[in-house]
Amino acid sequence: MKPWLNQHAQALSLVTKRMKTHALATFLMFMLMGVTLCLPGTLYVIVDNLNRLAGSMQSDPQISLFLKLDADEQTIREIADKLEAHPNIGNHRFTSKDEAWEQLQQNAETAAVAGNLEKNPLPDAYFVTPAPLVPEEIESLQAELQQWEGVELAQLDTNWIKRLNAILQLGKKGILVLAALLGFALIVIIGNTIRLQILTQREEIEVSKLIGATDSFIRRPFLYAGTIYGLGGGLVAWLLLVAIISLFNVSITDLAELYASGFRLDLPSLETSVAIIGSAVFLSWLGSYIAVNRSLAQLD
Amino acid sequence: MIRFDQVSKRYPGSNQALQNITFNIDQGELVYVTGHSGAGKSTLLKLIAALERPTSGTVLINNQNISHLRSAAVPYLRRKFGLVFQDHKLLYDRNCYDNVALPLHINGISGNEAGKRVRAALDKVGLLDKEKAMPITLSGGEQQRLAIARAVVSRPAILIADEPTGNLDENYAAEIMQLFNAFQQVGVTVIIATHDVRGISPQAKVLKLDHGHLTSQLGSGLGNENQNGTPGAFS
Repeated sequence: MKPWLNQHAQALSLVTKRMKTHALATFLMFMLMGVTLCLPGTLYVIVDNLNRLAGSMQSDPQISLFLKLDADEQTIREIADKLEAHPNIGNHRFTSKDEAWEQLQQNAETAAVAGNLEKNPLPDAYFVTPAPLVPEEIESLQAELQQWEGVELAQLDTNWIKRLNAILQLGKKGILVLAALLGFALIVIIGNTIRLQILTQREEIEVSKLIGATDSFIRRPFLYAGTIYGLGGGLVAWLLLVAIISLFNVSITDLAELYASGFRLDLPSLETSVAIIGSAVFLSWLGSYIAVNRSLAQLD
Repeated sequence: MIRFDQVSKRYPGSNQALQNITFNIDQGELVYVTGHSGAGKSTLLKLIAALERPTSGTVLINNQNISHLRSAAVPYLRRKFGLVFQDHKLLYDRNCYDNVALPLHINGISGNEAGKRVRAALDKVGLLDKEKAMPITLSGGEQQRLAIARAVVSRPAILIADEPTGNLDENYAAEIMQLFNAFQQVGVTVIIATHDVRGISPQAKVLKLDHGHLTSQLGSGLGNENQNGTPGAFS
């Protein structure tokens, strides 16, 4: 075996041996990291799923196209043709001013208002349902319709979606901040753990240095320890996350059934899983790297 | 092999530990560094083993100037030496075998090859049957021999020992000194710091230190007369 490969194998076996002798401490470390990481992970999955839910509702918005009061038959027909031909429009429904007036008078709540009016103030209108589009596209569609001849007002009712999106954005930012804080905490925790391990092995490190160990030789087992903590912690976090989501899903499917919806929380995607475990490994490696470098500098 | 030229060493906040030391050690020589305690023996050995760097002057090891050595290269230089420390510096949390195997691990040697070398080293110092014993269960002399096994396991060209018999009674001390002589006879350069001049073998070179000055440098054949060396001759 090549010497450098040999050295890595040695460091790894040394670390696993040490972890086995301190199995409980190692397990607690995994749990600590797992619980810490699963917190932002769970929140992320929930917001991600809400986002998906909101996305599925975005096909609902309607654009109300109120025509000019003096629009004649021909303009109305031209607009109908244009709506028919437009690729971004799913379907449209025409309501003439007379139909609208009738509805207004029949509605018990608005009848009194209508009674006070001498003549029909309502315009002809099209109610347009856009093809499934992202919010920005719907907005540009609205602006486009507004420019058409004979159109008085193209009104888009997407405010609630915007609000929801804004809230979800805020939620995502909050999760990011939480994740950053917890990530920092993890670096500190791992750094401190590794520092304590270095203290208990201080003699060995000193002797090793005296007889010609390089800094990377001394660093190696601690970096492996950090990486293994990260890997274990990341896996625990992932398992907890899957368990939490599965638990939630039991109630969510019941609730969704009442709304005749098949909605349920998705399990973390491959990317999310890799990101959780990868960030755990990286943070933990970084924490041990900082700790062992500081200790080496103090020894010199 | 080892060459000191006008070497001085001063520790921050203390007196000059060594002043203007000049000497030369050839390959395969047996060298004693003597003097009272505090004369600078340990400092001299530390300079040789690149554990310290000189304040001024030149230390050449195998024609390498250690003052100009990058700190990343220092560990590789140190591996050329086998070091025996005054306080053994054994690791008490592992058995004899693992203690001796440490330098091999540092060199990236493990498995059967390491096993063979560790047992050969333990055999040489007469501790082969104590392989699995913990160092704390060994006597003082045995611990010192274990430290020697660790120093020679990676077959260094230079063996350096700081007061190896300092805490041992006469019988043990003689035993240890015989061991060092044996290594010198197979071609290893052996450098020993000691205040105890009784066991010094006649063919050895003796460097006598006094308050940081090299007061005499006696080559082979001059035997124990180093006590009467010419003070200040080389300072």
